[in-house]
Amino acid sequence: MTTTIGDGDHFSLHVNGIRCEVTDSWLGESLLDVLRDRLGLLGAKGACEQGECGSCSVMVDDVLVCSCLVMAASVVDQPIVTIEGIAPIDAPSDVQAAFVEAGAVQCGFCTPGLIVAAHDLLERLPRPSETQIREELAGNVCRCTGYGRIIEAVQQVAVRRAGGGS
Amino acid sequence: MAVLLPDTVDEAVRHLTAAPESTVVAGGTDLMVEVNDGHRRPSSVVAVNRIPELRSWRHDPAAATVTIGSAVTYSEMLVGPLAAMVPSLAQAARTVGSPQIRNAGTLGGNLATCSPAGDGLPVLSAVGAEVELASAAGRRRMPVGEFMVGVKRTALAPGELIVSLTVPVVDGWQGYAKVGVRNAMVIAVASACVVLDRSRRTVAVALGSVGPTVLRCPEAESHLAAALDWSTLDVAPAELGRFAELVSEASRPITDHRSTADYRRHTVGVLARRLVRRASSAAVAA
Repeated sequence: MTTTIGDGDHFSLHVNGIRCEVTDSWLGESLLDVLRDRLGLLGAKGACEQGECGSCSVMVDDVLVCSCLVMAASVVDQPIVTIEGIAPIDAPSDVQAAFVEAGAVQCGFCTPGLIVAAHDLLERLPRPSETQIREELAGNVCRCTGYGRIIEAVQQVAVRRAGGGS
Repeated sequence: MAVLLPDTVDEAVRHLTAAPESTVVAGGTDLMVEVNDGHRRPSSVVAVNRIPELRSWRHDPAAATVTIGSAVTYSEMLVGPLAAMVPSLAQAARTVGSPQIRNAGTLGGNLATCSPAGDGLPVLSAVGAEVELASAAGRRRMPVGEFMVGVKRTALAPGELIVSLTVPVVDGWQGYAKVGVRNAMVIAVASACVVLDRSRRTVAVALGSVGPTVLRCPEAESHLAAALDWSTLDVAPAELGRFAELVSEASRPITDHRSTADYRRHTVGVLARRLVRRASSAAVAA
């Protein structure tokens, strides 16, 4: 069966476990634009809008993607997790806490995308080497930190999850 | 505007037949860049990312081929049995963009866009892949070398959909290498795929980013096939040097914002020679 979404039709997205109705969007809009401009989720950031910077990273169907390169209407029925769905605002995830502790955040623009990407990385590679961290986070550009503290933060989480360190 | 999300190839083809001006989207990594820039405003979109036939691959041991659905992603090509059967495709996939891009971009999309720099394309050409296309008239197959016509131009007819790529599982060695300004997130300045088929004793060399589309190097291929020691995959230095020259001569590069024609011509020779050296070292190690 073909799902057809036509002009003037509403469609719904499943974002962070909540069904969200998308109205008044142009159907060709990127998921990033729909998240930010239609649903008011401002965590994912838009910079390059061509998949180079990674600041719009989200999970779609458990896969890390750039939301700027996803046509929103093509992912109806697929679970979407944004930075807002990673952890409640007053209870940061271990990755978020480690970023703060390690000083991996400066201006903060790239941080939401990096947090989503780091969670995904640690799910797939629980004990990543530094090279693996660098390669896996190569799609997330940070212009402030020089990456050193970001890598430290990811390593810290890996050690803690394995039951080591404080 | 309409966005159609078919579940089967037949449904997708029905929509493409009814509205041949439709844009097909799989991973979106090429299309959405143009849409975001305002360069493209499609009137009708057929999203093929939920068609199981396009999302899967299958091995046919009797035919010694693997058929890869057009919506299989680069991430899926660089792991597991698929990577073991077509290692040069896995190597090419690993050089594409970033994890986010590899998770979304597809082999069929690479072929449909047909950029001179498409990383999967020299591999498909060198291994001798065939593309399967579906339309209201049925299905047809053709060698990818015939399908890729020019810069972002293919033999895809209106109303037609790329279904899969059938790739021979080669007995021998294969590898892909590219040069760009850095390691990650880079479009190839020049690229090469070398396939040494031991049972057929044939060499295939395909080049990317040095012509309007992927180029093969018939003279370099026959030169190396004759000069190569097929048991050790070793070759005399002078013969290897001549091979690299013939590869460079087969290229037809231009100067653009990414590089110069001279650098590209030189580089493809170096890459092809490097790949053959890797083959020799791998044969020694094995």
